[in-house]
Amino acid sequence: MSALDLSRWQFGITTVYHFIFVPLTIGLAFVLAIMQTLEYKTKKPVYGEMVKFFGRLFAVNFAIGLVTGIVQEFQFGMNWSSYSIFVGNIFGAPLAIEGLLAFFLESTFLGTWLFGKHKVSVRVHLFSAWMVSVGTILSALFILAANSFMQHPVGYAIDPKTHQAVMTNFLALLTNSTLITTFFHTVLAAFSTGAGLVLGVAAYQILRYRKKEMFVGAARIGIVVLFVSMLFNAFVGHIQGQIMEKQQPMKMAAAEALYNTSSGASFSLLTIGNLSGDPIFQIRLPHLLSVLSDNSWNGTVQGINQVQAAEVAKYGAGSYVPPIWVEYWTFRIMVGLGGVILLWGLVGLYFMRQGSLDRKRWYLRISPYLIAAPIIANLTGWIFTEVGRQPWIVYGLLKTSNANSHLSALSVGITLVGFTAVYSILAVVDGILMFKFGSADPDSLGSHGEKEPEDSPTAHSDLIY
Amino acid sequence: MKISPLQFVWFSLVVVLWSGYFFLEGFDFGVGMLLRWIGRNDIERRAVINTIGPTWDGNEVWLLVAGGATFAAFPRWYATVFSSFYLALFLILVALIFRGVAFEYRSKLVNPTWRKRWDMAIFIGSLLPAVLWGVAFGDFIHGIPIDSQGNFTGNFFSLLSPYSVFVGLTMAAIFLIHGALFLEMKLDGELRERASYLARCFSPVVTVLVVAFIVWTYVTANHGGGSNIVPGIMPILIVALVIAAQILITDRHYGWAFATTGATIIAITVNMFLDLYPRVLVSSTSNAYSLTITGTASAHYTLVVMTIVAAIFTPLVLLYQGWSYRIFRARIRLTPPESLQPQQEIK
Ligand code: HDD
Ligand code: HEM
Ligand code: HEM
Repeated sequence: MSALDLSRWQFGITTVYHFIFVPLTIGLAFVLAIMQTLEYKTKKPVYGEMVKFFGRLFAVNFAIGLVTGIVQEFQFGMNWSSYSIFVGNIFGAPLAIEGLLAFFLESTFLGTWLFGKHKVSVRVHLFSAWMVSVGTILSALFILAANSFMQHPVGYAIDPKTHQAVMTNFLALLTNSTLITTFFHTVLAAFSTGAGLVLGVAAYQILRYRKKEMFVGAARIGIVVLFVSMLFNAFVGHIQGQIMEKQQPMKMAAAEALYNTSSGASFSLLTIGNLSGDPIFQIRLPHLLSVLSDNSWNGTVQGINQVQAAEVAKYGAGSYVPPIWVEYWTFRIMVGLGGVILLWGLVGLYFMRQGSLDRKRWYLRISPYLIAAPIIANLTGWIFTEVGRQPWIVYGLLKTSNANSHLSALSVGITLVGFTAVYSILAVVDGILMFKFGSADPDSLGSHGEKEPEDSPTAHSDLIY
Repeated sequence: MKISPLQFVWFSLVVVLWSGYFFLEGFDFGVGMLLRWIGRNDIERRAVINTIGPTWDGNEVWLLVAGGATFAAFPRWYATVFSSFYLALFLILVALIFRGVAFEYRSKLVNPTWRKRWDMAIFIGSLLPAVLWGVAFGDFIHGIPIDSQGNFTGNFFSLLSPYSVFVGLTMAAIFLIHGALFLEMKLDGELRERASYLARCFSPVVTVLVVAFIVWTYVTANHGGGSNIVPGIMPILIVALVIAAQILITDRHYGWAFATTGATIIAITVNMFLDLYPRVLVSSTSNAYSLTITGTASAHYTLVVMTIVAAIFTPLVLLYQGWSYRIFRARIRLTPPESLQPQQEIK
C-alpha cells in the first residue's frame, strides 16, 4: 500500500476510534448534569447516587476520548501536511478556538468536578458539571465548523500567489448551513448515545433487583432524553439530506445507488445482489427518496451518471464517484437504527406512563444490547459523510490524493500498526472497566472505582480517586 | 518581507504557549518521573498523583492550543514541523496516551499488578515526552534537513544529533527538579521531606547541565541569516536563574526555588525561539530553505480574527485555570482532616 492509502487508513481508524467515545462523553456529561441538577433541586439522595454511579462510567470513558483527541489534533500536520498548508488559514482557526474555548473549559471543570466535591460549594460543583457539558458541546461546535468547511467551503478565497485557501469571512464559516445542521445532528445523536447507555445499564441493574428506586429513576431520565433527542434528530437528519442533495449531489445519489436522474424517485430499503443498477432482490418504497431530498412527491433526484458528467465538466477528467456500497449501506444502517432508537424510546415512554417499567422484563432485557445502536449509528453516519465526500478532502477544492505529507510508506506503516495496537489495548481495558462498573452491584463499588479492602489504608482516606 | 505587527504578535503568542506548556506540564512530567521514588507504597503514590490529578489535563491543553495556534497562524510551520518529526511525535503521542489513561485508571481496580503497570506507564509516559520535546527543540536550533519544498529529507535518526539528545536530557532534568519542588509545596510530612531531599541532591546536576547546555547552544545555534535580538542577555539570565535556584534550594526556600526553576524553563524556551527569530525552522541543508515567520504566516484577516478571539478569551481561561489551582492549593495529607472523613463515602 502507498503512504497515501496507509495515511487514509490511519486517519479513518483514529477518528472512528475517537468517535466511539466522543458521543458517550458529550451525552453522559449532559445527562449527569441533569441528574445533578435534580439532586440540587429536589435534595433527594437517589439523584446523588445516580451521579456517583454513572459518573464512574463517564470518567472511564472520558479518559480515552481525551487521549485519542490529542492524536486527532496532531495528525493533520503529521499525515496531511499538504492539506494543512492549503487550508490552514481557515481550518486552523476553529481548531485553535476549540482548544481555547472548549478544551480548557472541559478539562479544568472536570478536575473540579471529580476532585473538588469537598472543596467547593454544592452550587459550584453543580456549575462545574454544567461547564463540562458546555465544554464538550462547544468542542463539537468548533470541530464541526472545521469539518463543515471541508464538506461545503464558504467564506474563503484562493490566493493566486500561494494557491492557499484564505479566510475572507469568519462569520460565514460559523453560519455555514452545513455546520448548523451537522452540529445539531451530531450533538443530538450524542445525547441519545449517552441516554442510551444510561437506559441500558439501568435496565440491566433493575433486572438484578438492585437499588430499584435509583435505577428506575435513571432509566426514566434515559428514556426521556433518548426519545426527545432522537425525535428532533430525525427532523434534523431530514433537513440535512436536503442540504446534501444541493451541496453534494453525488453523496445522495451514492446513498441510494441511483444511477440515473429520476423524478418521484423511490427509496430502496434493502438490496440483495449488486448495487450496479440491476439487483437480484429489492424492497422499494415509492416516492420516498424524492420526499426525503426535496420535500415533494415528484421531486427530481440526480443520478450518479449525471452528477459524474457534470463534475467532469466542472473539475476536469477523473472519477467523482465514492465507493457506492459503503454509502448505500452506511446510510441505511444509520437511518434504520434511528428508527430502532425512536421505537426503543417510544415503548419506554409508554411503559413509563403506565408505571410498569420495572416489570417489563423483555424490554429490560433487550435494552443493554441496544446501547450499541446509537454508537453504531454515529459511526456509520460519519463514515457515510466522510467517505461520500471522496475523492475530495475539501469538496471541490482539493483532492485527498494531493493532500498528504511526504512520508515513506514505512513510517506511516509503523505508526498505523502502532496506533492500532495501542487502541486495541485501550479498547480492552476500557471494555473491562465499563462492563465491570456498569454491571457491578453499586454497593460493591467505592467512590470512583472498586471498593478498597477494609484493611487498606486507602479505604479510609480522601485519596482514593 | 517585513514582519507585520500581527505576525509578530502571533509568533510571540506561540512562544508564550510553549513556555506555559513547559512550565506547567514540566512539573507534571517531573511528578510523573518521581512517582515511584517519592511514593513508596500505594497510598503514597495516590497522594503524589493527586497533587496534579485535577489540573494535569488543563496543563496539557496548553500544548493543544500551542499546536492549534501554530496551525492557524503559521500553517506551513505547523505542517512542516509535524510531518518532519513524524516518528518522534508518534512516540510522544503514545506516551501521552498511556500517561493520561493511567492517571484516570490506576485506582479504579484494587489489583496490585494493575496499579503497578499503570504507575510504570506514568513514569515512562512522563520521561519519554520530556526528553523528546527537548530533542525536538534542540533540533529546531540545530536545524534539520529540509529541502526547498519544505519537505523533510532525513529520517528518525537524523533528529538525534548529540546536541539535541543533550538538550533532551537537560530538559528532562529541569522538569524533574521542577516537579520535585512542586511536590515539596503540595505534599506533607515524610513525603514532603523526600521531595525536598531529592531536590537538594539533584540541583547541582541540573545546574551543571544547564550551564553546559547554554554554552553548547551558543556554539551550535545556527545564526546564519538570523538576527538575534539580544544575543548576550538571555544566556546570562538563564545561568543566573539556575544558580539562583541552586542557592534557594540550598537555603530551603522551596517556594521561591520553584518559581525560579519555572522562570528558568520559560527563559530557556524563549531563548530557543529567539535563536530562531525571524526564522521558525532552520534547514540544515541550506539557509535559503529555512522557514520564516513571513513565509509561513496566515493572511492578515485570519490573524485579525484570531487576535480578537484570543484577546477576549485568554484572560477568561487564565482566570478559571488560576481559580482551579486555588481550590486545590491545600497540601495533600495522607490522613485527611476530621471534617472530610466520615460522611464522604456514604454521601
Ligand atoms: C462531535 C464531537 C467531536 C468530534 C467530531 C471530534 N471531537 Fe475531539 N473531542 C470531543 C468532541 C469531538 C469531546 C467530546 O469534546 C472530547 C471527548 C473527550 C474529551 O475530553 O473531549 C474530545 C477530545 C479531544 C481532544 C482532547 C481534549 C482535552 O485534552 O481535553 C482533542 C485534542 C480533540 N478532541 C481534537 C479533535 C480533532 C482534531 C477532531 C477532528 C478530527 C476531533 N477531535 C473530532
Ligand atoms: C468524529 C467523527 C469522524 C469520523 C468517524 C470520521 C471518519 C473519517 C473516515 C472514515 C475518513 C476516511 C475516508 C476515506 O479516506 O475514504 C475520514 C477522512 C477525513 N476526515 Fe473525518 N471523520 C470524523 C470527523 C472529522 C472531523 C471533525 C474532521 C475535521 C475537522 C475530519 C477530517 C477528515 C480529513 C482531513 C479526512 C481526510 C483524510 C482521508 O480522506 O483519509 N473528520 N474521516
Ligand atoms: C432518523 C433518521 C436519520 C436521518 C434521516 C439522518 C440523516 C443524515 C444525513 C443525511 C447525514 C449526512 C450529512 C452529510 O453528509 O452532509 C447524516 C450524518 C450523520 N448521522 Fe444521521 N440521520 C438519521 C439518524 C441518525 C442517528 C440515529 C444517528 C446516531 C445516533 C445519526 C448520526 C449521524 C452522524 C454522527 C453523522 C455524521 C455527521 C453529520 O454529517 O452530521 N444519524 N445523517
